[in-house]
Amino acid sequence: MPKDNGIGASPKRREDVRFLTGAGNYTDDINVHGQAHVHFLRADVAHATINSIDTSAAEAMPGVVKIFTGADFAEVGGIPCGWGVTDRHGNPQQEPRHPIIADGTIRHVGEIVAAVVADTLEQARDAAEAIELDLGDKPAVVDMAAALGDGSTKVHEDLTSNLCYDWVFGNDDDAAVQAAFDSAAHVTTLELVNNRLVANPMEPRVAIGEYSRGSDEYTLHTTSQNPHVIRLLMCAFVLGLPEHKVRVVAPDVGGGFGSKIFHYAEEAFCTHAAKACGRAVKWTSTRSEAFISDAHGRDHVTKIELALDADNNFTALRTNTLANMGAYLSTFSTSVPSYLHGTLMAGNYKTPIVQVNVKTVFTNTVPVDAYRGAGRPEATFQLERVIDKAARELGADPIALRRQNFITQFPYETPVALTYDTGDYVATMDKLEQVADVAGFAARRAESEAKGKLRGFGVNCYIEACGIAPSNIVGMLGARAGLYDAATVRVNATGTISVFVGAHSHGQGHETSFPQVVAEMIGIDESMVDIVHGDTGRVPFGMGTYGSRSIAVCGSAMVRATEKIIAKAKKIAAHLMEASDADIELKDGQFTVAGTDKSVAWGDVTLTAYVPHNYPLEELEPGLEETAFYDPANFTYPAGAYACEVEVDPDTGKVSIERFSAADDFGNIINPMIVDGQVHGGLGQGIGQALLENAAYDADGQLLSASFMDYAMPRADDVPFYQVDHSCQTPCTHNPLGVKGCGEAGAIGSPPAVVNAVVDALQSAGKDVTHIDMPLSPARVWAAMNG
Amino acid sequence: MAKVSMTVNGKAASGEAEGRTLLSSFLREELGLTGTHVGCDTSQCGACVVHVDGKAVKACTMLAMEADGAEVSTIEGQANADGSLNVIQQAFQDHHGLQCGFCTPGMVMSAAALLKDNPKPSEAEIRHYLEGNLCRCTGYHNIVKAIMAASGQDVSSIAAE
Repeated sequence: MPKDNGIGASPKRREDVRFLTGAGNYTDDINVHGQAHVHFLRADVAHATINSIDTSAAEAMPGVVKIFTGADFAEVGGIPCGWGVTDRHGNPQQEPRHPIIADGTIRHVGEIVAAVVADTLEQARDAAEAIELDLGDKPAVVDMAAALGDGSTKVHEDLTSNLCYDWVFGNDDDAAVQAAFDSAAHVTTLELVNNRLVANPMEPRVAIGEYSRGSDEYTLHTTSQNPHVIRLLMCAFVLGLPEHKVRVVAPDVGGGFGSKIFHYAEEAFCTHAAKACGRAVKWTSTRSEAFISDAHGRDHVTKIELALDADNNFTALRTNTLANMGAYLSTFSTSVPSYLHGTLMAGNYKTPIVQVNVKTVFTNTVPVDAYRGAGRPEATFQLERVIDKAARELGADPIALRRQNFITQFPYETPVALTYDTGDYVATMDKLEQVADVAGFAARRAESEAKGKLRGFGVNCYIEACGIAPSNIVGMLGARAGLYDAATVRVNATGTISVFVGAHSHGQGHETSFPQVVAEMIGIDESMVDIVHGDTGRVPFGMGTYGSRSIAVCGSAMVRATEKIIAKAKKIAAHLMEASDADIELKDGQFTVAGTDKSVAWGDVTLTAYVPHNYPLEELEPGLEETAFYDPANFTYPAGAYACEVEVDPDTGKVSIERFSAADDFGNIINPMIVDGQVHGGLGQGIGQALLENAAYDADGQLLSASFMDYAMPRADDVPFYQVDHSCQTPCTHNPLGVKGCGEAGAIGSPPAVVNAVVDALQSAGKDVTHIDMPLSPARVWAAMNG
Repeated sequence: MAKVSMTVNGKAASGEAEGRTLLSSFLREELGLTGTHVGCDTSQCGACVVHVDGKAVKACTMLAMEADGAEVSTIEGQANADGSLNVIQQAFQDHHGLQCGFCTPGMVMSAAALLKDNPKPSEAEIRHYLEGNLCRCTGYHNIVKAIMAASGQDVSSIAAE
């Protein structure tokens, strides 16, 4: 019988009721008395010198409060980059200033050129049209290879070139790596593109800045995945404000997928402008603005080579990637193609030699940063594609080739600096073969062929590194922040509990799953536990939610704080029962003295903590509230195997996903329903990347797919019901819950399976197609078949 | 500015609107009904779907003045009289048909319009009908499942919760 409470149960989500009745509190739902509205005048060209800005006519327009240009922000800092990568020669990455408002040069379409604050949004928009710009056009740099060519226009005149860094990781002895390739029985080479994407959470970004003259305090409401990080970056690096005078609140947030991790200019602007204008300033992004101002994702161009011996063992892997940074370095941009990508290139395989080279490139495009998976999808895609290509070249079964090369002994040290603590890749592949009904594929292919369709089956494995840590190691690798998390457990006198967590829930269901853990540990009903998140004024500290880290890192902090609560509560119980605290046991919310029938209830102890009449005041403080910070000893390593079955219409090239199966190992699971939902969502995004989505720029730096009319988001009829299984569980060995994280797996693991399946379908019809770049639109598939 | 009056969720409501004021802005800013969400500016996402005179309408694609005198229902008016979730809302909760909740009001309103016209839609009919509603969180699996369940169909054989 499934549990209905605590760890492993799937209670209905408590946050759903407000979302289903229109009672959510998203940032744009908030209006502050007396607020003004800002409209940002954004660049419509990709590269230009700003010769002059004339705002005089606009300032005279009705309702205008104040107009800001780059000059108004010349004295404040730029948007900081949170990770400094050291290149192959020991030099720091090139790091340009990232201004709040363009300071003399426009470097991408969408960059803020001026900001109009007015009584109403309509007045601000009208006035912005009256601003006169005199621009000196410069050639745009869009293509990465061209940007690195001799004589290319520079995106930043003050840098030596458009190269941000040239980084080598893993085996850095070029000659030794080449020797491994020279002695290989077979080498498979693949050149591919990991298409540029836009995260597109359904809620566009919003920021509301407030300033109180009386207290000299600021409040920023913002659509953020990590409000404490925003406060730190904005206060310490941009505006120079004392952190204790700034409160950042991220209330209900409508999805993030990475794009709401980063500190954006609009947040700093609204905070700064609130004081300058003497009233609250609100900005709500339109979707059109989001496309040209939210950080984009992916955008890698890669050549990967896999060496095998005569027995089909992988002997060496070498990969060279160009990764687009866009015009400026967004918050975690430089870490994504380096440490979040290179470290995963071993995948699930015992390849002894792995060399990763990445060159990151400035272009006149929107900054590129983490998007669901962040570096790990880029690693997985190229690795799992080249393995599939190798299998075809060798006439080997793609599943058997993978199985043969699986890592089977743990802990395992990879050639790219990770130590996988645990896993069972054979078990997830076994499970996948069952869930995907591999045995029944031939019959399904025959059925499709009878209808005139081609059917293909594609498989891939993935491994990801979640809960990035520990802080001292990532600090050595260039991280400019710690990557722990924090939780405070506050027990009230009547026994109810508020847990203040540093993680932020914007779809992940923390308000339901986090209380399950605390309730289980104490043995009380979940309804007695609430979490508080998303407010630096209430939550002591936190690093936020990204990288599938919430339950693994913040959840562990919550466990540690709850353990402290239980330890203190046992002392109080021991005092009440005149026993030794070593003899106290806690079960189902009752404290008992071992071996006796003496007991006191949870509520008796909590009340005593706050009404300490009969209490050991000499030894123990009153009250029951504990905080813990948790810095993980290692990453966690979720892994799994995915399979996709497609039908391809040979007349049109249209691909339809007929089946998609996932076998994941997430370690222990707190709420299976929520985990399934996280995988479903990731699969939807991964299938979107594989078949539909593409942020396409023209040679002038105009984003061609800059609205939902042009950027193909996956819709309900683009995807099937998914078969999802997470019964393979090898618990994480180094966190107290044995959990690994599940938020990004679906997006990491699905694109290669889709492409592998389409290639399989085309080859089944005798087409000599070995690769098609994503998205696999009908036009691209048809061209590949008929090219 | 002109006065616009309509019946919203069974109650008379009125407010000021410019000629260019969208129904979505009027509901959110003038009437304070912030359950209707705006997720795009090209009528693609469907987060703003409401019912106007019984038909599903994208509130970002209708001027407030066009709805003068109309019967409008929004997500705030969907629960049962006793405040409990209605059949569709309950199915969304039971089957985890929402995550961040932003697209949810539009999904529920579209589902209601679908089930009014087609009380037992097939999976394919549901997926086709939702072409005007984008969700970025759920991969649509549990939304489709919830709508099938709300229409009284057995969803126990559909893989995974």
